[in-house]
Amino acid sequence: MNDNIRVIEGSETGFATTRVDALLGWARKYSLFQYPFVTACCGMEFMSLASGRFDMARFGAEAPRFTPRQADLLWVVGTVSQRQAPILKMVYDQMAEPKYVLAFGTCASCGGFYDNYATVPGIDKVIPVDVYVPGCPPRPEGVIDGLLLLQDKIQTGDRTPAIVKPRTDPVPASEGLVPLRKQA
Amino acid sequence: MSRDVLDQLVQRFDDAVLATHDQFGDETALITADVWHEAAVFLRDDLVCSMDHFIDLTAVDFADRRTPRFEVVLHLRSSERLHRIRLKAPVGLGPGGENPQVDSLVDVWKGANWFERECYDMFGVEFVGHPDLRRILMYEQFEGHPLRKDYDAHRTQPLVPYREGYEKLQPFGLPQGMPFGRQTHDRWKTAVAGRPEDAGATNLLGFEED
Repeated sequence: MNDNIRVIEGSETGFATTRVDALLGWARKYSLFQYPFVTACCGMEFMSLASGRFDMARFGAEAPRFTPRQADLLWVVGTVSQRQAPILKMVYDQMAEPKYVLAFGTCASCGGFYDNYATVPGIDKVIPVDVYVPGCPPRPEGVIDGLLLLQDKIQTGDRTPAIVKPRTDPVPASEGLVPLRKQA
Repeated sequence: MSRDVLDQLVQRFDDAVLATHDQFGDETALITADVWHEAAVFLRDDLVCSMDHFIDLTAVDFADRRTPRFEVVLHLRSSERLHRIRLKAPVGLGPGGENPQVDSLVDVWKGANWFERECYDMFGVEFVGHPDLRRILMYEQFEGHPLRKDYDAHRTQPLVPYREGYEKLQPFGLPQGMPFGRQTHDRWKTAVAGRPEDAGATNLLGFEED
């Protein structure tokens, strides 16, 4: 951000200047219409992410579209088999520009442990990917990191692939496990 | 418990029963492939056997370790008498075990339909008399049968041509792939074999050599 930005207060009138691409980026990153391409167990984690507890809607990624033609962001959630690859490609081709792809989980990113005749070793073999979220399945926090990373990339117009870095456990190892519930 | 069933089978089919065994309550009969259908009908209709529950059908590929090469395995259960039996038949007498054939059991148990299709898909066992013997898991363009031992473990048959000209990001690249994955293992073996001081130490992980 530059230092010249000043917030207009009260009844004061005026105008703000920006660049068109920055404005477009800002508009795009907070209105991601998504198309969930859910093929496997990561879908459970996706449901958790999309519903109230982790609430993806907070980040402007609220409305799932059930046609790729209306979607900006393709979530590829889970293992993609060779037999499914043409379908994924068709879905991707149907999306309108600008379009973004997020590989959710290790299987979508690199095939995971399905190192065999039936599985595509990562959807980037078929379609370009913007953000990879590793994990089997990834924690919802990790996916939110991925979504924020994608939003940053949309804002700056950066289309190089990126990967979500693992989080470190904030608790020192000496303290052991974190109690999730208080003992009665 | 289902010793009775084995006795019935032996009594009825005599020489066609090649072997039986009974371990931990799991009775198994090895029969010849030509009485496969007849034995199935007998097991279903005989009052002592009364096998009305088709559980599973699959095959085993023994590659060049055994002739005939394949063994078709059938698991049955009786919901009336609460006993089970495993029926096996060697198939694939041709050279190299090509064109293994066995009778279809779809007219005996309807549920056998998709199991036989899967078995055909994965092993290439042909079920004679099956109403619709197509691949069920793999796509039509797929060549070969992936669970046969001679199917190259590295071979994939993509329907969409793979994209070129990009690098896998870390940690998804090959060098940091799965620590026990096949590709990593092969690379590791190659790396170790390249060092003279490690000559002869290519099997440290205890994998069976091909």
